[in-house]
Amino acid sequence: MSKVLLVGIDCSSCSQRALDYAAGRAEESKLQLIVAHVIDWSPFSFNTAQENAERHKRREDELDRAHKEIVGPVVSQLRERDIFARGVVRHGHPAETLSAIGVEFGVTNIIIGKTGSSRVKTQLFGSVANTLVQVSKLPVTVVP
Amino acid sequence: MPRIRTGLGTALAVALSAASSPLMADDGIDARINEAVQPYAETVAGLIFSSFPLAGVQVPFVLVWLLFAATFFTFYFKFINLRALKHGFQLVRGDYSDPLAAGEVTHFQALATALSGTVGLGNIAGVAVAVSLGGPGATFWMILAGLLGMSSKFVECTLGVKYRNEYTDGTVSGGPMYYLSKGLAERSDKLKPLGKVLAVLFAIFCVGGSFGGGNMFQANQSFMQLVSVTGGEASWLADKGWLFGIVVATLVGLVVIGGIQGIARVTSKIVPLMAVIYVSAGVVIIVMNLSEVPAAFSAIITGAFSAPGIAGGVVGVLIQGFKRAAFSNEAGIGSAAIAHSAVRTNRPITEGFVALYEPFVDTVVVCTITALVIIITGTWNPSVDPSQGVALTSAAFESNISWFPWVLTVAVVLFAFSTMISWSYYGLKAWTYLFGESLATDVVYKVLFLFFIVVGSSMSLGSVIDFSDAMIFAMAFPNILGIYFLLPVVRKELDEYWADYKAGRLKKFGKAANRS
Repeated sequence: MSKVLLVGIDCSSCSQRALDYAAGRAEESKLQLIVAHVIDWSPFSFNTAQENAERHKRREDELDRAHKEIVGPVVSQLRERDIFARGVVRHGHPAETLSAIGVEFGVTNIIIGKTGSSRVKTQLFGSVANTLVQVSKLPVTVVP
Repeated sequence: MPRIRTGLGTALAVALSAASSPLMADDGIDARINEAVQPYAETVAGLIFSSFPLAGVQVPFVLVWLLFAATFFTFYFKFINLRALKHGFQLVRGDYSDPLAAGEVTHFQALATALSGTVGLGNIAGVAVAVSLGGPGATFWMILAGLLGMSSKFVECTLGVKYRNEYTDGTVSGGPMYYLSKGLAERSDKLKPLGKVLAVLFAIFCVGGSFGGGNMFQANQSFMQLVSVTGGEASWLADKGWLFGIVVATLVGLVVIGGIQGIARVTSKIVPLMAVIYVSAGVVIIVMNLSEVPAAFSAIITGAFSAPGIAGGVVGVLIQGFKRAAFSNEAGIGSAAIAHSAVRTNRPITEGFVALYEPFVDTVVVCTITALVIIITGTWNPSVDPSQGVALTSAAFESNISWFPWVLTVAVVLFAFSTMISWSYYGLKAWTYLFGESLATDVVYKVLFLFFIVVGSSMSLGSVIDFSDAMIFAMAFPNILGIYFLLPVVRKELDEYWADYKAGRLKKFGKAANRS
C-alpha cells in the first residue's frame, strides 16, 4: 500500500509553506497527496429560521466555492508536476475534521501550517495546528 | 439597497401617518391608538375564547381543545414525552449525525432556532400573570401542561418534516400549512378539500398570530419594562410607546426587509446567553432562599387543588396555568413545526423526539424557575395589578439582586426582538402560502408586520394580551383537527423507527460509535 500524505490548506501564507513542503515530499518520494480544506462550522451554532431554511443551498455553494477557488487550482498545479493529488472539502471543526479525514483516507502523515489566517483568533482559541497535534491519532508535521 | 429604502420608508410612512392623523392629535398618541384598536382586539378575543361554564367558572373551549389533544397524544403514543427523552438527547448531541452531512442543519440547530421563538416574554411576563391571577397553584398546572405539551410538539414537528416542501434551489418550507394540505390529501381523496381548508385557515391565523403574540405582545412588554426601569410613569418614555415602536420597527425592518442578517445573527447568538444569565440568576435566587423552597412547593401543590380567594377556585387556577403554558411553549399551536422543518434528516420522526425538549426547556424548566422566584420572594400577591407582567417578575428578581432589572430589560428587549424575527418568518411563510411567493406580497407582509410593532408598543397591556392570545390560540383549531387524521402516519413512522432503535440498527457516529 503506497503512503498517502494529507495537507490542510486555507488562504494563508503559512498554509502555502505547508503545501510547498508537502508537495516537495510527495514529488520526491512519489507519494499520494490529499489536499484538504475545512470550512469552519459547528453543529451547535445558533441560527435564524431563515438561515436554516437556506442552509442546504448555502452549504452546496460553500463547498462549490471552496473546490473552485481554494482546492481545485492547487490540485491542478500539483497534477501538472505529476503528483497524484486529490482535493477534499468538508465542513466542521478544522483540527478534528482534518484528523478524521486522515483516518478515513489512511494517511501516514498530516501536514499543516503553524498558524492559520487569523492571528487574533489564534491568540484567543489557539491554532488549528496546536489542536491537531493534541487530537490526531496520526503523526502530524507542523510547518513554520 | 433600494429594497431597504422602499420597504422601511413605506413602513415608517404608514406608522407616522397613523400616528399623526387628526384622530390622534389630542391627549397622547398612545391613548388614541389604543382607543382605535381596542374594540377590534376585544371582538376577536371574544370570538376565539368563547367559553362554557364549568363549576361556576367560564372555561375557554380552546384550552380544553389543547389539553385534550395533548393528553390524547400522550396516551396514543404511550407516553412518548417521557420514554423518548433519552433518545432525543442523543439525537441533539449528534450521536446519530453522519459527519459527511456536516454543514447541514443539525437537530441541535433546529431545536435552538425553534426555542428562540418560544423562550421569551411568555416565560417572564406570562408566568407573572399566571401566578398573579391563579396563585402559586397555577405553576403546578403549568408544569403539567408543559409535560403533556411535549407530546403535541412531537407529533406536529414530525409531520412538519415529513410533509415539508423541498425546492429545486435547495431551500425548504414546512409547517402545518403543508402537512394539513399534503397529509390529508395523502390519507384519502375525501379528506383533500378539508386539508386545504384547514391549511388556509391555519395560514390566516398564523399571520394574525405573527402580528399578535409574535409581535405586538413582544413590543408592548419590552416597552413596559423599559419605562419601568427608567422611572415608571415619571419616565420621559412613558407616553412615547409609538417612538419605541418606530425604533424597534426600524431595526426589525433592517433585518427582514433590508436582509441585514448580521443583526439577526448577532441576536441569535446573544439571546441564548441572555437565557443562560436569566436562568442562572433565577437559580441563584432560589439557592439564596433555599429554606423557602419547601414552602414554595407546598404552596404550589396545595394551591393547585384548593384555591381560596382565587377567582373560579381550582378551575380558575388550572385555566391560568394551562393558558400561560400554552402561550409560552406553543405546543399544539403549530408554529414550531415551521422552524423544525428545516432540519436535515431522512427520518422525520427524529425531529419529533428532539422537539420534545422544547416545552421541557421552555415550560418545565424556565417557567418553573420564574414561578419559583416570584413565589419565594413573595412578590406575587392577588391584589397586585396583573397587567404588570414583566414588571412583577422584575420586582421579584430585584428584591434579591438590586441591579437585575437592568439586565432583565436587556434580556426582555433581546428576547422580544428575536421572537419578532422568528415570528416574522413564520408569518411570512403562512402569508406566502396564501398569496404566493413574489416580491410584492413579501414587502406587503413585512410592512404590515412593522406597522403592528408600532401599534403594539402603543396599546394597553390588556388589549394586547387578549388579541395576542386570541390569534395564537386560533391556530390550534385547524392544526389539531388535521393532526387527528394524521396520527396513524406518525404512529407508523414511530413504530418502524423505534423497532430499529431498540434492535440497535441505527448507525452511530464518532464518539457515540466508540461508546456503544
